[in-house]
Amino acid sequence: MSNAPLLEASGLTLRYGPVTALDDVGIEIFPGEVVAIVGESGSGKSTLLRVLSGLLKPEAGTVTYRAPDGEAADIHAMGEAALRRLHRTDWGFVHQNPRDGLRMGVSAGGNIGERLMATGARHYGSIREAATEWLRRVEIDPARIDMLPRQFSGGMQQRLQIARTLVTHPRLVFMDEPTGGLDVSVQARLLDLIRELVADLGLAVLLVTHDIAAARLLAHRLLVMRHGRVVEQGLTDRVLDDPQHEYTQLLVASVLAA
Amino acid sequence: MTIETGYNFGYLDENTKRMIRRALLKAVAIPGHQVPFGSREMPLPYGWGTGGIQVTASVIGPQDRLKVIDQGADDTTNAVSIRRFFAKVAGVATTERTSGATIIQTRHRIPEVKLREGQILVYQVPMPEPLFRLEPRVSETRRMHALADYGLMHVRLYEDIARHGHIAISYNYPVMVGGRYLMSPSPIPAFDNPKMHRMPALQLFGAGREKRIYAVPPYTSVQSLDFEDHPFQPIRANAACALCGARDSYLDEVVTDDKGGRMFVCSDTDYCNTRQAAREAAE
Ligand SMILES: Nc1ncnc2c1ncn2[C@@H]1O[C@H](COP(=O)(O)OP(=O)(O)OP(=O)(O)O)[C@@H](O)[C@H]1O
Ligand SMILES: [Mg+2]
Ligand SMILES: [Zn+2]
Repeated sequence: MSNAPLLEASGLTLRYGPVTALDDVGIEIFPGEVVAIVGESGSGKSTLLRVLSGLLKPEAGTVTYRAPDGEAADIHAMGEAALRRLHRTDWGFVHQNPRDGLRMGVSAGGNIGERLMATGARHYGSIREAATEWLRRVEIDPARIDMLPRQFSGGMQQRLQIARTLVTHPRLVFMDEPTGGLDVSVQARLLDLIRELVADLGLAVLLVTHDIAAARLLAHRLLVMRHGRVVEQGLTDRVLDDPQHEYTQLLVASVLAA
Repeated sequence: MTIETGYNFGYLDENTKRMIRRALLKAVAIPGHQVPFGSREMPLPYGWGTGGIQVTASVIGPQDRLKVIDQGADDTTNAVSIRRFFAKVAGVATTERTSGATIIQTRHRIPEVKLREGQILVYQVPMPEPLFRLEPRVSETRRMHALADYGLMHVRLYEDIARHGHIAISYNYPVMVGGRYLMSPSPIPAFDNPKMHRMPALQLFGAGREKRIYAVPPYTSVQSLDFEDHPFQPIRANAACALCGARDSYLDEVVTDDKGGRMFVCSDTDYCNTRQAAREAAE
């Protein structure tokens, strides 16, 4: 891990009418680091991810991204074209619902190939080769390359979404509850896969999850959110084994009790 | 050359023509970019090429000679009515000869004879948005054009090759204009696409129902989308025209009798007639 953060945010604030979805939130993530954002439903996790990835503008605060050349840019000031470019090259976004991240009318191969084609790949054979290789990596039989996502199980759709996102080797991936809505056994397998890929590719990941066990398995660091505020953060083991804030203590206790 | 009383020259009033010309100038300045315009009601139904008619009405002058083709033919009902319309409301001369026309309004074809500088080819366009089948949200397609974000169109081509082994688009094959804008060439056969590339004539496109105008200025690059290992291929029936013997023209298959007899003939009637006449003269 280098000593300059990849993504850095401070003072993020966003209100929906009377609801304060984000209240003076700051966060940083370093190259190759996995940071989990945990907290109860409605605590602002998804909102934070959307603001960090430029999809939603905060009322106050800044988000800065450091490109591979070391140049730092303000995400919310960079303009749509530059932001889109980031989203299809350096960044990836994995949605909880595969339908939001996949093109359901396009074959598995086409789904994986899209980012390659969007960044200029024009050789059908190479695109197909890359798609085949990525299906294998996410443990989908490459013989299914021409099938539509709707012919896949939920877990396979999620793995396809991951393949489609990682094919261009992004540096930073935003994941919002990537295992939500899946059976427990399927969840475990998907988490293992994510852990392997993250290690192999040296990805930085911002992972939103309800699942403390998932956070423990994947994350180097943990942020605990409540009512739009970060109430506690630190190394995953430290936060989970020795929670300081009473809300974190409750959260950890409820998992132990379950 | 008498102009029937009661109509302004070219049917449209001068203000409307000026508005359309402004849209045309903008379109020429940004090759392949769709410019909105205030499409007017025309005394013909939309399917009849009201977009093309309005464009023609705005650029035509008393000295022009107009040719109108539909699927390559000058003598279909659609072509005949449009030609008559302009003879009536603008009093201009008309012709069936490609080389003799200054303005050619067309649906579904580009003439076989190479067009030259000074000529204008006006296309009737039913759907100007090349991405509409892939992305139904207009705001999103507009953004894709603004950012030249055309990966999705290549996904469509990828899917074709994966499914059929080749790109299975025979009409309305998408093109990149001036290396910048993705454009629908209107429902011409893919066979005609190469004719658009660096054409010396001005190409204007009018979509009446969708209220869009776009243009390809003379000598602009027009490239059909493809892959390095699946290059674009203009397809024609592998036959010679039964009437003139042409092997280089786009052919229509026509039924000749009720016993299932068929033959291939040039879709461009002027091209075919000219070749037949030349052949007879030589005999
Ligand atoms: N578009 C919106 N309009 C109004 N309120 C919103 C909107 N999006 C989120 N909120 C509110 O903002 C707060 C934070 O929502 P957010 O979706 O970020 O929570 P979350 O932590 O992701 O919850 P969950 O775990 O249920 O996904 C909630 O009170 C939510 O109701
Ligand atoms: Mg959420
Ligand atoms: Zn012929």
